[in-house]
Amino acid sequence: MNSKNENLKEQVLRASGVNVLKCMRCGKCSGTCPAYGEMEYHPHQFVYMIEKGDIEKLMNSPSIYRCLTCFACVDRCPRGVEPAKAVEAVRLMAVRKQDGNRLKPEQIPDMLDEDMPQQAIVTALRKYRK
Amino acid sequence: MKNFTYYPGCTLRTKAKELDRCARVCAEILGINLEEPADWQCCGGAYTTAKDEIATKLSAVRVLNSAKEAGNPLITVCSACHNVIKQTNYDISHDDEMCGKVNRYLGLSENYSGETIVYHYLEMLRDVIGFENLAKQVKKPLKGVKIAPYYGCLLLRPKKALAMDDPENPSIMENFIKAIGGTPVVYAQRNECCGAYTIFEDKNQAVERSAKIAESAREMGADMIITACPLCMYNLKKNSGCDIPVRYFTEVLAEALGVEEVGNEQ
Repeated sequence: MNSKNENLKEQVLRASGVNVLKCMRCGKCSGTCPAYGEMEYHPHQFVYMIEKGDIEKLMNSPSIYRCLTCFACVDRCPRGVEPAKAVEAVRLMAVRKQDGNRLKPEQIPDMLDEDMPQQAIVTALRKYRK
Repeated sequence: MKNFTYYPGCTLRTKAKELDRCARVCAEILGINLEEPADWQCCGGAYTTAKDEIATKLSAVRVLNSAKEAGNPLITVCSACHNVIKQTNYDISHDDEMCGKVNRYLGLSENYSGETIVYHYLEMLRDVIGFENLAKQVKKPLKGVKIAPYYGCLLLRPKKALAMDDPENPSIMENFIKAIGGTPVVYAQRNECCGAYTIFEDKNQAVERSAKIAESAREMGADMIITACPLCMYNLKKNSGCDIPVRYFTEVLAEALGVEEVGNEQ
């Protein structure tokens, strides 16, 4: 692993608190993920790719915006790996970059309808921008 | 009268006024006094699990501390607010580094380190009032109505922080439905996510998720779905393509307790 990848991996591990070495590759996280069909990289792949230091591929993948943070993988992992926390750490690294915001406030008015709850907007802003 | 510090959250003041109004009216009937702090702020809708995020967690800590100063437990109604506040409270009690950073930032007169007890409104009904006592106060039981409780993700998970119920086989909403005289419908998708905020990334993701949930409830014969979450309500009503009525749990509670004109302000 080169030093740049080593550094990115270190940042993800520290921010997420996830120990990827606990994973026993059972695939239960991906098997239970309600966003599985929408993701290029699935939860178990996040865990494995972080271990290998393949962080940039994950940061550049739309998969990081598809995770619902529903914590199904967190509670159903038999080893307590908590993959959703790893996805969150990678997504934050992506949106914190200069011009890395996925959602801009000026896009929002066109996406609203009269029943849209404020909760949806604040949550999306928290997930998709810094 | 038992006192609680009450956190309504942003959406209960705007698009989910009936969720809020019915919660307040029913609390009064049940002898629960809800005290709303004057200076609460929006919780942000989602808890940021990253350890290097502090500012996004402060609004939850402020209201937790406000309850501590009032000497009250804190009560929430919206699933998202509840999740954010419970996870914040869990982490501040278990992660010394986060606790230290938060307190250095806030500069409170006394450090906050997780002292406040947090109830979801459903937990208050179960643990403070008791479902048996609630059943005795019901004036108009929802007799014969088959009600599918929709938990979604935020009320139950992560289990170690939320600690409300068994996330894989929950019973609190089913027991609530029995207490108000209805018939609970158990269905496979009751604890899976509705698609939530992905409407801003790709609406189809929420359409597929919420359709799956509504279909699962319909297959089991539900006349109605109930939820505690305004975003679940939105996705189930707008994006599921399903015509089963979706209502807030506080609305059916209010009806059962004999409150007039429930649901008119929505």
